Amino acid sequence: MMDGSTVTDLHAEGRARGIPAPIAMLAELTHRCPLSCPYCSNPVELARKERELSTEDWIRVFHEAAELGVLQLHLSGGEPASRRDLVELVKAAREAGLYTNLITSGIGLSERRMAELDEAGLDHIQLSLQGTDAEMADNIGGYKGGFKRKMMVAEWIKASGIPLTLNAVVHRRNLHQLPRAIEMALEMEARRIEVAIVQFHGWAMQNRDALMPTKEQAQEASRIVAEARAALKGRLVLDYVPADYHSDYPKRCMGGWGSSGLNVAPDGEVLPCHAAQTIPSLSFDNVRDRGLADIWYNGSAFNAYRGYEWMQEPCRSCERKTKDFGGCRCQAMALAGDPAATDPVCIKSPLHGELQKRAEAFSGNDAAELIYRGQPA
Amino acid sequence: MSPEDIPVIPRGVRLHEDRVRGSWVLLAPERAIRLDPIGHAILSEIDGSRSFGAITAGLAAKYNAPEEQIAKDAGEFIEGLMNRRILEVA
Repeated sequence: MMDGSTVTDLHAEGRARGIPAPIAMLAELTHRCPLSCPYCSNPVELARKERELSTEDWIRVFHEAAELGVLQLHLSGGEPASRRDLVELVKAAREAGLYTNLITSGIGLSERRMAELDEAGLDHIQLSLQGTDAEMADNIGGYKGGFKRKMMVAEWIKASGIPLTLNAVVHRRNLHQLPRAIEMALEMEARRIEVAIVQFHGWAMQNRDALMPTKEQAQEASRIVAEARAALKGRLVLDYVPADYHSDYPKRCMGGWGSSGLNVAPDGEVLPCHAAQTIPSLSFDNVRDRGLADIWYNGSAFNAYRGYEWMQEPCRSCERKTKDFGGCRCQAMALAGDPAATDPVCIKSPLHGELQKRAEAFSGNDAAELIYRGQPA
Repeated sequence: MSPEDIPVIPRGVRLHEDRVRGSWVLLAPERAIRLDPIGHAILSEIDGSRSFGAITAGLAAKYNAPEEQIAKDAGEFIEGLMNRRILEVA
């Protein structure tokens, strides 16, 4: 640590200030990705390959994370399989004692590489699903042949015995495929499915009119998920992210800012949440310059929205503030122009009515075309 | 749970000593379940070959507690985790 304090000291100081150690870390290994999904939540400006952390840097960060109290490591991107050292990183993460989860589209994985990941001790795989047939999936992912390849990868995962979660991102164009996605999870012998109605961050913001579900679709999705949960109890776990813009209360974003998780971007910047770089008033520390525990407990970005002191009305005096922490800071920035404002999704926000009207207008714009994700130069 | 059932901790689920927080946790896909000493004791007995009956008899002897009560508590605990696809029965 820069001032000579040990991680044990930092933990003790953190406890005294009421700051818990983080449970989970999202390691965005790269921004490179063969797909170009219009709902990509990565920033509009991506980190280039030359700026990516080296293998050695990542391995050091995994050990620092374990020492900081991280239990679950999510290897994500971009497409993490685009990193040539993926197997080595998985092995190192397991050696550091982390529960290691790979979040992938499947593109870039071969049968042999899957066997190597299995051998390296990979704990869990989350496979993304852009649609339930090649026509839909390849159109949404902007990658011809992607669906066929993904179905092969699902077979290899099943054969390996590595537990699988199917990640289905649903929106106005593919919500009618949700029942089939749940069936596919069963066919793949997945233990879980995450049904996420698209959230609008990063690149996705410009596709709100092409992807916003209608209110009726959002309600239908909630009904399908509730029925499947009851029918499939003990066979398939369903986790569900509802349609944000059509809700009356905001999401409990990150389970509270700087309280349970952190992200490391491809270039080593440490973020309190995936989209935090959209808040211009924040500045971020880098694992190349500063220890992870020091950043977690003392970094200015992590302390910016911890606790309740930063809140304005109506959040400050609201009884729900301990439940949802006023919603998503990045969404408050994007929609209210102030990262400390109430998330406009909230029924108590002065902007709520306007947002609902805009959501309805977005969802009725059937002429809108998909704007595919641009790649780093 | 019947006494012949053999509970199994499947691939992708493991017991982990969380030294930072001074407790045991069960790590599973997207879940980290903090264990009290009873939960830890039950899961520590699951080795993929011992039956539920053998496990509860062992716990009853070890903790000098009525086996019927142990079987009820451990059965509910294991079934709860099975409903969440965290434990399985061979």
